[in-house]
Amino acid sequence: MRIFAPFRLAGRALRRNKMRSLLTMLGVIIGVGSVIASVSITTGATKQVEDKVASLGQNVVTVFSGNFSSGGMKGGWGSAPTLTVEDSRAIKNEVANVVAVSPEIRDRAQVLANGQNWNTQVLGESPDYPQIRDWDIASGGMFTDGDVRGIGKVAIIGKTVVDQLFADTDPIGQTLIVRNIPFKVVGVLETKGFNLFGQDQDDVVIIPYTSHMRRLSKRNFVNSILVQAADKNSINQVQDDITALLRDRHKSAEPDFTVRTQLELMQMATQTSKIMSVLLGAIASVSLIVGGIGIMNIMLVSVTERTREIGIRMAVGARGRDILIQFLIEAVTLSAVGGIMGIALGMAAAKITSNLTGWPTLTPVAWIGIACLSSAGIGIVSGFYPAWKASRLDPIEALRYE
Amino acid sequence: MIFTVQTNAVIKLADIHKIYRTGEVDVHAVRGVSLDILPGEFVAIMGSSGSGKSTLMNMIGCLDRPTDGNYFLDGLDVSTLNRDQRAKIRNDKIGFVFQGFNLLSRTTALENVEMPMLYNHARLSSSEQKDRAQKSLNLVGLAERADHKPNQLSGGQQQRVAIARALVNQPSLLLADEPTGNLDSQTSIEIMGVFQKLNEAGITIIMVTHELDIARYTKRTVILRDGKILTDEPVRDRLNAESELKKLKQAQEAVKLA
Repeated sequence: MRIFAPFRLAGRALRRNKMRSLLTMLGVIIGVGSVIASVSITTGATKQVEDKVASLGQNVVTVFSGNFSSGGMKGGWGSAPTLTVEDSRAIKNEVANVVAVSPEIRDRAQVLANGQNWNTQVLGESPDYPQIRDWDIASGGMFTDGDVRGIGKVAIIGKTVVDQLFADTDPIGQTLIVRNIPFKVVGVLETKGFNLFGQDQDDVVIIPYTSHMRRLSKRNFVNSILVQAADKNSINQVQDDITALLRDRHKSAEPDFTVRTQLELMQMATQTSKIMSVLLGAIASVSLIVGGIGIMNIMLVSVTERTREIGIRMAVGARGRDILIQFLIEAVTLSAVGGIMGIALGMAAAKITSNLTGWPTLTPVAWIGIACLSSAGIGIVSGFYPAWKASRLDPIEALRYE
Repeated sequence: MIFTVQTNAVIKLADIHKIYRTGEVDVHAVRGVSLDILPGEFVAIMGSSGSGKSTLMNMIGCLDRPTDGNYFLDGLDVSTLNRDQRAKIRNDKIGFVFQGFNLLSRTTALENVEMPMLYNHARLSSSEQKDRAQKSLNLVGLAERADHKPNQLSGGQQQRVAIARALVNQPSLLLADEPTGNLDSQTSIEIMGVFQKLNEAGITIIMVTHELDIARYTKRTVILRDGKILTDEPVRDRLNAESELKKLKQAQEAVKLA
């Protein structure tokens, strides 16, 4: 039998019953369509979360101080006075593969400038901070180690603060007053947008950590220490070494700090969308199976209807194998065409969802391949029994069939 | 193991038996038939229903296997072949013409005739297939109807398409099972004319029929009864389809004149 002849035969047989073929395909179309749509939506969501996590910085390991508890009341991570600037210095000097360290002090304060005022987050950081967070300075520059040593009254500010306080003027060189202390604005950060938890990252004023500790918050511990590892592969080693180092330094039975990596954050953040995609995938595969059953059903009807045709073909020399291939290709054509239409439908549905809800969607190329292969596979699986049945017909009986 | 015998017979049946084992009672449909058919013969197999003629035809057509005995087709023992081997033999050596025409509906005459070539062992290009199918249609006088579908053709024309399909692989044997059963008398004579012409061109034809006057267009009549050959003799007062057709037309015109 020629290679293309069975495809021509299948095409002709399916065109003969256009409506029936379309309805049969509908099962696969809906199945594949829902797989593609759900994968597109969850992949889009996962991608968004990953981007947010990546916006935290490059290869970042964060050390939080332990939680503060007093008389049964517990503060959150970073509330206990356990981490010090000396800890951060030790990390920088003693742990291998550490490229940047920034002790961090967090506080909120009312800031004044230009006759305006604004409540914002005031961070104390080291000059390494922009590098760790992978965050560029838009104009001006970062404060220096000299500013840190000299407890300098300098600040860099985020885009939101610029909008609120310096709407019409260039903020560089202007003065910002925090708790009655004037700080000179030396730099403006690039826009970074919202973080994983919905916080506006641009709503920030950053000053040297020494200035924060001595002038603003008047304390001698830090909330956390941001550490940048040399590369992805050294993240775990850096985490382990910091843990060992700090346990040794603090000499406490219970660890009074927590070391988190970006990878862990990423895993926690994408957990939900992973569960979602597994659920959606399960529902979609059920509809694919239903589609396959539809194809099997119609192929069985078709074999019965065309018993006489099968008999004629066998009488003129078709072997069982030829008949098997003919019907199998018909089933595969049904499901493959249905699959392709389903992919188009699924991508369209994802696009519409994206436009209506504003969720980002993304159709991974691999899933288009998987959809194609699995719809062809469904055709083979569901078409095999009817095709085998057709191939086992007795030509004499088949010719006599009314 | 395929045996061959030195014989010039197209068909050599040696003590063929067919027993259907269905349920408790064995049906002995064919009880020892021996028959030689030489190239160029035109044989009518006759018999009432239940005489075993259909069973015999199925075995001659390699659609079925004898329970006992040997069947040599072109000197090749085909009585022991399996399904696929028999399919190949049918494709190579046998052309079938059925009572109900058995054309594929919604498929043109030409495509119907091309159909057996789909299953040829040696692949032909599609232009070669078309060529051979067209030649085959020319042979039965349907050159002009190649692109007609069966429902656009008369019964006689449909049967001609079926004959063209049977001839397309140049078989050693043309097997016709009640080929005129669904046709009126004039069309039946026309079809017998086609058979006679093919036979004159050297094609061996075996035809099952229960109509005596149709059997008179053949050269030899084998009559079966109860699964055995009752008589096997040449046709003495053989009819010629062409002259019979002429007579019929004259008769029809006479009626119109009257």
